[in-house]
Amino acid sequence: MLWDALTFQLGYNATLVAIGAALLGLSAGATGTFLFLRKRALVSDAISHATLPGVGLAFILMVAFGGEGRNLPGLLLGSAVSAGLGLLGVSWLTRHTRLGEDAAIGAILSVFFGAGIVLLTVIQTMGAGRQAGLEDFLLGSTAGMLYSDAVLITVGGALVLALVGLLHRPMVLVAFDADYAASAGVNTARVDIAIMGLVMAITVVGLKVVGLILIIALLIIPAVAARFWTNSAGAVALVAGAIGGVSGYLGSAISASAPGLPTGPIIVLTAFTIFVGSLLLAPERGVMAAILRHFAFQRRVHVRQGLLAIAQGQAIYEQLTIRLLVRAGLARPDGVATDLGRSRAAKALRDEARWEVVRRHEAFSGTAALYDGLREIETVLTPDQVAEVDMLLGAPESTA
Amino acid sequence: MSPLELIAEDGVVRPDMSDQSPLAIRGLTVSYGQSPAIFSVDMTVVPGSMTAIVGPNGAGKSTLLKAALGIVRPLAGQVTVFGTTLATQRARIAYVPQRASVDWDFPTRVVDVVVMGMYRELGLLGRLRGSDRARAMACLQRVGMGDFADRQIGRLSGGQQQRVFLARALAQDADLYLLDEPFAGVDAATEKAIITVLKGLKDDGKTVVAVHHDLATVPEYFDHVMMINVRKVAEGSVSDVFNEAALQTTYGGRLGTQQIDRLSRARA
Repeated sequence: MLWDALTFQLGYNATLVAIGAALLGLSAGATGTFLFLRKRALVSDAISHATLPGVGLAFILMVAFGGEGRNLPGLLLGSAVSAGLGLLGVSWLTRHTRLGEDAAIGAILSVFFGAGIVLLTVIQTMGAGRQAGLEDFLLGSTAGMLYSDAVLITVGGALVLALVGLLHRPMVLVAFDADYAASAGVNTARVDIAIMGLVMAITVVGLKVVGLILIIALLIIPAVAARFWTNSAGAVALVAGAIGGVSGYLGSAISASAPGLPTGPIIVLTAFTIFVGSLLLAPERGVMAAILRHFAFQRRVHVRQGLLAIAQGQAIYEQLTIRLLVRAGLARPDGVATDLGRSRAAKALRDEARWEVVRRHEAFSGTAALYDGLREIETVLTPDQVAEVDMLLGAPESTA
Repeated sequence: MSPLELIAEDGVVRPDMSDQSPLAIRGLTVSYGQSPAIFSVDMTVVPGSMTAIVGPNGAGKSTLLKAALGIVRPLAGQVTVFGTTLATQRARIAYVPQRASVDWDFPTRVVDVVVMGMYRELGLLGRLRGSDRARAMACLQRVGMGDFADRQIGRLSGGQQQRVFLARALAQDADLYLLDEPFAGVDAATEKAIITVLKGLKDDGKTVVAVHHDLATVPEYFDHVMMINVRKVAEGSVSDVFNEAALQTTYGGRLGTQQIDRLSRARA
């Protein structure tokens, strides 16, 4: 069943939803990256919650003028207007009052969301409102997705992606170093507005599929997950787009494969699963990698301390140290050093003395910063420099 | 400008240099909230000079640079760059912010940061050519960071980070360099590398202005000095104005005798 969904064999509507959700995930992931890099991920909360009163008002207006209240472009236009107002509110409060951005976001988010809920309640009591289905904008609903809705998502998403591509340089510049960007003549306020405007556009486009609460996840989770895999801002945006796209496609396929599985939440859970996988498994920044690095470091410390103890004729008490020395062929199980162990121990002691010299003399100040008590001196100095250190050290007996 | 301002305190009439000056500031006042960070500051940077801006913490040194660059908006005053407006001369100015002002865990490599110095030239979508990349590498080599091009910036020491920032400014190929505390918290090797690069810029006829905190090295590194404590205290060549009286005024008597001793030894 899942395989059928993945290969677009569950019928026209499921296919439409899968493609639409994948495109939405792709553009949301890439766009949200810049909000995340600018350290304003929370702004997406304010934007998305601020869409709700616009949806309600647009519905009421369209009905009042005798139109179809559920007209999607009309509802989205309304949501864009109120999200824009919310955004202006956040930036005005931040700039002109002593409130921090977090507090401004909290205020705008709750006021707009509350107003939206009031409007939805009012609509429920209207004659035309019974079947409005506006609650779907909270958590998303793909069941009734029309071809025109999919076109809207595709066009909107593609437009936003094109703008992200066009503006990626100033956005990265401002996110990394706003003062420098300003010194180069970049209007940082305008770039910030562009970032938030693009996020707003994605929010509006995605309202119907995942809803205003879960679109936040689709904007932020892919970027956070992508950050684990790469160290370049452009690549984070690309990987985030890919993660968002895959989440949208997989999530909608999974939800289509069994009855009663809500699409939006499943998409978000899929993205979250990818995030957890990235968190654990990413090669450099992941949790597992960090644990492995820690143990490797611990082993190096134990071997080094063991060698220094041997060199100074001290007994080794720690079992872990002895085990590691034995495994490396440097000591016997009873803690007595092998020949190899003794020569390596002498070398370790000599290196310590050399490091002492390096750290005392200003000529080596660049190198001295690298001292960590573990490094072999040859890895940071040329043979000539080592000879120079040995001269300074006095007794030039060679043990290395 | 009134002719009176052209007569210095020693009575010597000097020509008004602001037309040729890379950076001329008149009556600049910047305030965060109600109390001014700098108040009515005048400054005329001598072309081809190396000018230190010194003053105690909170004296407005960084603010002066930021206002000169249009990063913070002044309450009053004018900034003239190469005899004309800042907006037309942006490409000729390179700024090196304080190292602590950015998040060094940002996902970017050393060479990417240097390339950011060329974004202005490249425009929004201009392709990065091989020659641009070569220029970025050359800038890294000038600051002794050629081997670190592909490293993530978070894995650099403080001194290395500072050098990368300098390389980004070099990539702009500017005529005026404004640096905010380039020697703060860097190792001795970095300090040497940076001052060598800055002196090289001066030799090429560029102008260098740096906020500087180590008074002892002012005479060695710089030829001009601007002393500021919210208001301007003194401005001129190091040999003329960098003396104990001006320093005591600048620092409000907060300089210890030890510091004064070290200074007089450095000046000797």
